[in-house]
Amino acid sequence: MSTNENAREVTVRYFAWVREKVGLSEERVTVPPDVKTIGDLARWMQSRGDGYASAFAKPDAIRAAIDHKHVQALTQIGAAREIGFFPPVTGG
Amino acid sequence: MSVSVQEADFDLSAEVAALSDADTGIGAIATFIGKVRGEAHGNKLQSMSLEHYPGMTEAELARIEAAAVARFHLTASRIIHRIGALQPGDNIVLVIACAPHRHNAISACDFLMDYLKTEAPFWKKETGGDGHGSWVDARETDDAARSRWHSGDA
Repeated sequence: MSTNENAREVTVRYFAWVREKVGLSEERVTVPPDVKTIGDLARWMQSRGDGYASAFAKPDAIRAAIDHKHVQALTQIGAAREIGFFPPVTGG
Repeated sequence: MSVSVQEADFDLSAEVAALSDADTGIGAIATFIGKVRGEAHGNKLQSMSLEHYPGMTEAELARIEAAAVARFHLTASRIIHRIGALQPGDNIVLVIACAPHRHNAISACDFLMDYLKTEAPFWKKETGGDGHGSWVDARETDDAARSRWHSGDA
């Protein structure tokens, strides 16, 4: 249990091979206070278990969205409600 | 202007008629259909599955469509992208751009596909003849194609 007032809870969703490696399509995550940016979050994810370590082994290979908008590694998580992690897109 | 993300196939003629029959300001209609090829990297393709990000996909497609309408002064437009299990020969995507004149309609179709392929959150997984599934890698050539339009980012 975190009692830190700066810890934030967000919904994190995973897609394609990120989803397969993590083993979940979505979950509620309590983000530690020192995790400020999307890049910080991707690196922190590596520490959460073997599936996460595999999925986030190369953070540069993963794209992210905050509340359904594409964002960059340096984007602040801020008041995000939902964060998506996924490979570069391949539709069309 | 409208976008759809659906499992069902689409009917090109019906979609074109629905967009253009009542609008005599339209002088040009460009359409693009993307289909599932029967081979991938020299191997036979058994099937393909398309995953997407519900909510974000529709928002991204609408944003891309609005950018094309503004940039090319489209009279009407339509994007349909299929999801789920698809077989070789199946349709994947339909883009329709209607304008008073030809060049804007054709360019808008090209622009819409370049942005769709690099920004709309879809992912393809191919299953080969041996039953082995693999996620399709993004192509740098798609990013290069999109950057042609850079002066007017979507």
